[in-house]
Amino acid sequence: MDQIDVAGIEIDLEVRGDGPALLYLHPEHYCHLHTPFLDALAKHWKIYAPRHPGFDGRQPPKDFRRVEDIAYLYLDLIEQYDLTDVTLLGSSFGGWIGLEMAVRNTSRMAALTLIAPLGVKLGGLGERDFADLTALPDEMAMDALFSSEPADFSTFSEAQMIGVAQDRQYLAYYAWKPYLHNPSLARWLHRIKVPTRLLWGEDDRFVTADYGNRLAARIPSAEMIIISGAGHYPQIEKMNETVSTVVGG
Amino acid sequence: MQVWHFSEMAYHPGWDELGNSLRNVIPSRVYDPKVGADLYHRYLDEWSLCDDLGINIMVNEHHTTATCTTSVCTIPMAILARETKKVRLLCLGMPIANRMDAVRVAEEYAMIDVISRGRLEMGFVKGAPFEVSPANSNPATLMERFWEAHDLIIKALTTHDGPFNWEGEHFQYRQVNVWPRPYQDPHPPIWMTVMSPGSAAEAGSRGYSIASLNTGYLRTPDIYNGYRKAATDAGKEATVDRFGYLAIVGVGETDEEGRRRADQILDYSRTTPRAASQFWFPPGYTSNEVTAQMLRNRGPNMIPLRDGGEFAMQYGTVDEFINAGVAFAGNPDAVFEQIKEFHDHVGGIGHLLMMGQGGHISHEETVGNLSLFSKEVLPRLKEL
Repeated sequence: MDQIDVAGIEIDLEVRGDGPALLYLHPEHYCHLHTPFLDALAKHWKIYAPRHPGFDGRQPPKDFRRVEDIAYLYLDLIEQYDLTDVTLLGSSFGGWIGLEMAVRNTSRMAALTLIAPLGVKLGGLGERDFADLTALPDEMAMDALFSSEPADFSTFSEAQMIGVAQDRQYLAYYAWKPYLHNPSLARWLHRIKVPTRLLWGEDDRFVTADYGNRLAARIPSAEMIIISGAGHYPQIEKMNETVSTVVGG
Repeated sequence: MQVWHFSEMAYHPGWDELGNSLRNVIPSRVYDPKVGADLYHRYLDEWSLCDDLGINIMVNEHHTTATCTTSVCTIPMAILARETKKVRLLCLGMPIANRMDAVRVAEEYAMIDVISRGRLEMGFVKGAPFEVSPANSNPATLMERFWEAHDLIIKALTTHDGPFNWEGEHFQYRQVNVWPRPYQDPHPPIWMTVMSPGSAAEAGSRGYSIASLNTGYLRTPDIYNGYRKAATDAGKEATVDRFGYLAIVGVGETDEEGRRRADQILDYSRTTPRAASQFWFPPGYTSNEVTAQMLRNRGPNMIPLRDGGEFAMQYGTVDEFINAGVAFAGNPDAVFEQIKEFHDHVGGIGHLLMMGQGGHISHEETVGNLSLFSKEVLPRLKEL
């Protein structure tokens, strides 16, 4: 793990593997459970995996509190490392960051692969595009995220549990209201100029595959791929299938 | 010692039907407005009575709950500002991080202060964790919003050559200019509720009055010491009138009567934990260490006893609550002795925030409780 400075902000960046550049933008929950997924990807790509400000335990600057800020940070990171033809892979909250980056500048991107991204409001004012996880009983919130095997806190270390609390804190920090979306993002999705694939767990009850289909219809040259037997984090529940799908692109 | 009567104006007729979840996700069809209207008038009558009893008035607010139907604390206070003439009026308080319009808070407080001819005391509170959901206020930025609202409200109440501009992180106004200005100069006294030495220190460094709510025999001394140290460090004097303590009070002609009254009022404490578990730890509301622990093992709310034991808040007996320093109950002598013992134990309290009504206790019993307290206990508290 490197500690680097991007645009005056210190972040943790993991760089490993060999091959074309892949920027991995992590989701909001349970990052340590994604390690095997990154291990597998590192056989095909040189992976750049930053930890989002705040989620890393550092207090972001006072004027850094929108998902767009994270998007600009990573666009700067790509330039700082002079990366080209980057495959941008983002999951959930990280997928939202990826969308915000892609509507701004795809000149250094080869492809966009998003796993059940948040960030775009498609439904009406009475509809929940994203289940209200903080208002659901714990078991139902877990059930929304996982197809069959929920994360088991009893297997988490103390530090990993504090990480869970910290992740929740910073998801709220960036995305409490409006809830998990940028109201103006839908308007600019036509600007995404690179081949885009949306991966969706068939049993995602946090953001449904039906939503994914409607999102795909808004993005030029977007392809929707369903992964069966998985919930919101197919890279955890169906790791091999997800790796094959990402590699296959 | 000043005494304040507090009630949450519970809608207890709905408790049985709602079962173990009395907050946030409860359907309002359970609430009968005709029953509720009678209850509102009854509770207001009990507060009005305090004007003759020499007991000050305290109101609070909670949202989307059958345990407290004061959803806007300044509404009963506006009524009481007119219905009473003598006693002081404490809103404890206004959850300013959950109120998206801070200038409106300043306006409401200023108006009540003028109507009451300067009898208002302004409370600013963080609010309980389950208040975050009804307000949809961001729990991860709650305290920075709290302090910005605080600064803005004080400036709005004390600026008399306005308007002024405020373009902050959480509140933006280009023409702040509050009319009327408050009756008290520079502004009504400020109170904060505190639940830890850390939050007490925040208030202490500013010299504000604090109220610790049911923090009991074991936890309260550290909280007060936190206040005293911060006040001293900031060059403020931590006089006894800065310290308020909220307890359940049941007094009767006999020990049995006083304890029976307390037992009914204690349903306030016993119903407090009856909220769906997901609303207790909104993200970022508590430290990540505490949240991590609670995510893994969320036990019942426990209250410590003096000997180191503990009991579940939802099922405590009168004896347990008395032992914990959460309730003062019995005949007038017993109640006075319990209050004096607590007062001496924590280094002095200047304000007893007395929950004189709660739960299913009837109007007649509440009037009996308040009247007897005024007659037999209140005069003796002057000597403390």
